Amino acid sequence: MPRMTMIEAVRSAMDVSMERDGDVVVFGEDVGYFGGVFRSTQGLQAKYGKTRCFDTPINESGIVGAAIGMAAYGLKPCVEIQFADYMYPAYDQLTQEAARIRYRSNGDFTCPIVVRMPTGGGIFGGQTHSQSPEALFTHVCGLKVIVPSNPYDAKGLLTAAIADPDPVIFLEPKRLYNGPFDGHHERPVTPWSKHDLGEVPADYYAIPIGKAEIRRPGSAVTIVAYGTMVHVALAAAEDMGIDAEVIDLRSLLPLDLDTIVASVAKTGRCVVVHEATLTSGYGAEIVSLIQEHCFYHLETPIVRVAGWDTPYPHAQEWDYFPGPVRVGRALAEVMEA
Amino acid sequence: MVEATHLSLHVPEPAVRPGGQPDFSNVKIAKAGAVPRPEVDAAPEDIRDLAYSIIRVLNRDGEAVGPWAGLLSDEDLLLGLRNMMKLRAFDARMLMAQRQGKTSFYMQHLGEEAVSSAFRKALQKGDMNFPTYRQAGLLIADDYPMVEMMNQIYSNEADPLRGRQLPIMYSSKEHGFFTISGNLATQYVQAVGWAMASAIKNDSRIAAAWIGDGSTAESDFHSALVFASTYRAPVILNVVNNQWAISTFQGIARGGSGTFAARGLGFGIPALRVDGNDYLAVHAVACWAAERARRNLGPTLIEYVTYRVGAHSTSDDPSAYRPKTESEAWPLGDPVLRLKKHLIVRGAWSEERHVQAEAEILDEVISAQRQAEENGTLHDGGRPSVRDIFEGVYAEMPPHLRRQRQKAGY
Repeated sequence: MPRMTMIEAVRSAMDVSMERDGDVVVFGEDVGYFGGVFRSTQGLQAKYGKTRCFDTPINESGIVGAAIGMAAYGLKPCVEIQFADYMYPAYDQLTQEAARIRYRSNGDFTCPIVVRMPTGGGIFGGQTHSQSPEALFTHVCGLKVIVPSNPYDAKGLLTAAIADPDPVIFLEPKRLYNGPFDGHHERPVTPWSKHDLGEVPADYYAIPIGKAEIRRPGSAVTIVAYGTMVHVALAAAEDMGIDAEVIDLRSLLPLDLDTIVASVAKTGRCVVVHEATLTSGYGAEIVSLIQEHCFYHLETPIVRVAGWDTPYPHAQEWDYFPGPVRVGRALAEVMEA
Repeated sequence: MVEATHLSLHVPEPAVRPGGQPDFSNVKIAKAGAVPRPEVDAAPEDIRDLAYSIIRVLNRDGEAVGPWAGLLSDEDLLLGLRNMMKLRAFDARMLMAQRQGKTSFYMQHLGEEAVSSAFRKALQKGDMNFPTYRQAGLLIADDYPMVEMMNQIYSNEADPLRGRQLPIMYSSKEHGFFTISGNLATQYVQAVGWAMASAIKNDSRIAAAWIGDGSTAESDFHSALVFASTYRAPVILNVVNNQWAISTFQGIARGGSGTFAARGLGFGIPALRVDGNDYLAVHAVACWAAERARRNLGPTLIEYVTYRVGAHSTSDDPSAYRPKTESEAWPLGDPVLRLKKHLIVRGAWSEERHVQAEAEILDEVISAQRQAEENGTLHDGGRPSVRDIFEGVYAEMPPHLRRQRQKAGY
């Protein structure tokens, strides 16, 4: 089986989707001739022509607004916002338009679009190239929100997103593009070629949206994570020698609540981890659901590990990033209590 | 060295406020028939003047004159008149229904009936409009059933939108009418996207975007213009300048650009300005733009100069921000009366027939209203199910919504 980086997997997902469905079009800033600043769309214009993969003006609201119109026509646009941090001009189009067109027209019109955005920090991107705005999307009814943690999932979930009849926000943790980063930034980078989940079928396949995956079975404590934090959680469990069960949510909305509930009912302890800021973050929703569904199984209070409630700093990146040491401390806290 | 001055901020004001004498002397109106009709493939830079004048066909004597005249037969015009009269009668009944508490809200077209009614005639089946809240003439002129519109306004049990939308936010794919948002300007760039899709698929259908004078200030208006210009999208970019954005006069959105049509020029988009109360002129200009789009020549921006005679909606009182008699002073007159006069001049219509038509149309509207009210009104009779709250958020209901629907008891 071929081995792919997450970039290659994302590109392959668009490639196989464009190949099997002539209605799939791909566009965004620098996406056409150059193939995207992260090279995710490299070669697609050469292969499918410039009316199916093209550059756009620097105008996120225009990119998403045009995609909505194309979807109303019957196309399946898969567009790129260059960094998730740049999505705010498109927020109106995403939240009040894309998310509600099916509902407000009672299905007369629909909006099958995918909006891809590189998300998260760890690349010294500072406050405008590091954000994790997933909670701003999970709070919007009508959107689906996906955050893959590896190349295999990235391809299978992106093909599923493109085929999905509703709008999907597809957040790609940019620190994972080239390897399974576990937060030990001082160590050499492991490439995806040395990781099982870097094995990606060349052909079309799709992973159902809304199913979590247990990355490490365990009995002592449940760690709920997604994206980059899945790898950080695995490293923290290993560093601490704690038999943690690590759940990779993959899809934040719809959420696989059953997998979370089954795990916490078994372990009785839980740490919820995300890179996004703490207050009103998606972790608050997870903790609340666990409280509603697993209260009598809980041995100790649930602990959240998240980015600080500050803008993402530049020089102090590793003091901001919730790495394995901070997750390890949280594990110790729930195990001791 | 330049001498330092104390700066001062310029805040535009309308010519007159309540209590003042209405004054439209600043609205420069070209003589009917005076503006040339260029070829549809004319270079935008050669027809810049059209963004600053007003294309008119009907003169004061009710005659159709000049190079933009001559496209419509007696039969076409009689139908156009009927559609405008129907829209006006529909509005009057629904406004009354809102006052009677049968619905929460209404927005009428009074004075602007020609714009959407005549425009629809320039489109073909399969073309798509991305309208705002004041283009119901597109539906009426395409024979969308009035009873369906009323079902939607009443949010009753036959409401095609299942009670989810504010009154008048219609949707009909079949009739080329994109679901109205209620948000402002978002639809403008969506229309461009739809048109791009049609071009990507080598289709022959075109799109029409709609916006009001006030909302041209939104960034999505500029997004739409840059996308339309870059990709030469087959789209007609309509700006309905009815002088007022709720209480804000059009000068606040227009700024120093002279006209709204002129906004297109910087993007290299041909821009025309037309008498929005002249059914023949609106139709002729729309046909010109539609032909450009269909011949793959790209977008056209059209500014319709008109006047909002009524309130913005049932939620505001215009006498609080403009002179009460301002609409009577509006120099472009009433679109229904102007077309009526023209048809009489043509010998195709008479005062008697007009009175008779008014009565027939009123009967038709009242009969549709009775039929709609059998399905209920907002607070009485049949209404959409509580289940409808939860349906249609997604194609397939996710587990968390199913749990919430069960919690609601459905």
